[in-house]
Amino acid sequence: MVERSTPSAVEASLTALAVSLRGVTKTYDSGVMALGPFDLAVRKGEFVSLLGPSGCGKSTALRIIAGLSAPSSGTVRVARHEGEVQPGHGIGFVFQEPTLMPWTSARENVRLPLKLGGVPKAEGRARADAALASVGLADFADSFPRELSGGMKMRVSLARALVTDPDILLMDEPFAALDEITRFRLNNDLLALWRSLGKTVIFVTHSVFESVYLSQRVVVMTARPGRVQADIRIETVEPRGEAFRTSTAYGDYCRKVSGALAPSYSGQSLL
Amino acid sequence: MSAPVPITSRPRGAQRARRLVLPVIVFAAGLIAWEGVVRLKDIPPYVLPAPSVIILTLIKDWAVLSQSLATTLLTTLEGFVAASIGGIALALLFNQSKWVEYSLFPYAIVLQVTPVIAIAPLLLIYLEQQTAVVVCASIVAFFPVLSNTTLGLNSVDRNLAGLFQLYGASPQQALRFLKLPAALPYILAGLRIAGGLSLIGAVVAEIAAGTAGAGSGLAYRIAESGYRLNIPRMFASLLLLSLAGIVIYGVLAVVSHLVLRRWHESALGKEN
Repeated sequence: MVERSTPSAVEASLTALAVSLRGVTKTYDSGVMALGPFDLAVRKGEFVSLLGPSGCGKSTALRIIAGLSAPSSGTVRVARHEGEVQPGHGIGFVFQEPTLMPWTSARENVRLPLKLGGVPKAEGRARADAALASVGLADFADSFPRELSGGMKMRVSLARALVTDPDILLMDEPFAALDEITRFRLNNDLLALWRSLGKTVIFVTHSVFESVYLSQRVVVMTARPGRVQADIRIETVEPRGEAFRTSTAYGDYCRKVSGALAPSYSGQSLL
Repeated sequence: MSAPVPITSRPRGAQRARRLVLPVIVFAAGLIAWEGVVRLKDIPPYVLPAPSVIILTLIKDWAVLSQSLATTLLTTLEGFVAASIGGIALALLFNQSKWVEYSLFPYAIVLQVTPVIAIAPLLLIYLEQQTAVVVCASIVAFFPVLSNTTLGLNSVDRNLAGLFQLYGASPQQALRFLKLPAALPYILAGLRIAGGLSLIGAVVAEIAAGTAGAGSGLAYRIAESGYRLNIPRMFASLLLLSLAGIVIYGVLAVVSHLVLRRWHESALGKEN
């Protein structure tokens, strides 16, 4: 039996959604089909990880949500700020690399989205400083990216994504290039920020452990072209902390997610 | 027993001193040998003047030579400025429109590969002499600025460009806050090459124009002194040209270093 809802119920469920993708595909000019058809629905305030083998199109999906790339087919809906003037300000994007402008200070890097949006300089600087403080870099506002460690650069990148106070935070394997110690610390900081700010987070990763640790839901993707292989809800006592990382429940979830990931690799050379 | 001293890490001061002192010693030794050979063999100054004679000529003829130096430097500066503005402006135009780039880039290459010494006489026919000389200098210096700026504008980080797109940057904002700063190291490298080349262009044009008359640049002095067998003055002019080249390079290198010192790899020390 087909489930039917009244129009108002559909609307209500849509407004509760921050992001919804339906039947989205992406085929590159070279003819390579990178994604899809891919469906994803993320509720407001939810922390969802997209997990999959490299080249499965998870970054492509993220770029499509951000509007950096157009889907070949399908529909993309992204909830916007009330009365939002400029597109994109409801979205913060964190790339795999810190992607900072090397020619200017951390503060100016963080202020960039505000500067482009026409926010007055004094206000922009104050907000940039506040964003830097929220990621624990209040003392490094005048430092150039070159003078910061890899983890600190990533924090600046995160502060820049947060400075416009976006509803949705898109993160494309942001901690993949960092060492494990730094990564664990940033994971905890990210969770704390998420809890205090109540943003919707879509987090792309290829680490099973990271995805289970961070997210409320792990969406496991198939190998290219990426589709949803499994959608696993991670239920645990909040707030999560180091105790969760060493619990048996965590281990069970990791096993379950790894199991869902395994079929993606079958028939594929791991080299 | 004394504590072991690491032999690999010499103090940096000593290293730097060695790099300065060694070329100076070589230079001094060369000059002494030159002076000695000329005196011992009693070589006449119209064949090979001794360094002391060259210095004396430089002082004696300073009135004439300084004026020529100023003329050549002015030509070089004008050519350099024209090449810089033209090169950067054209690169920006190329960056805005592929149509313009595809239409014009081949001609920029033609201009670059045609030896300027062969173009100079033609320019002298069609243009006033001073203009022709400046045009020559700028033609030679133009291409490195154009190609380096084009390269710089095209090497903007793809993700940074995506970020600007995400935040709805206008083309002017993207140019001002992203493309130009990202291209700056490349532009400065282009300008550094262009500085030396505009001096070369100025000299080439002066030599080509020299026989035609009124020029009074250093290259013209060299040609003129050659006809008059005033070899010491030839050497003195050459010395000034060489010094001018070194100073131009040095000034541009310092400017580049000052602009880039806080962020670009090229301007940072090897140690951190």
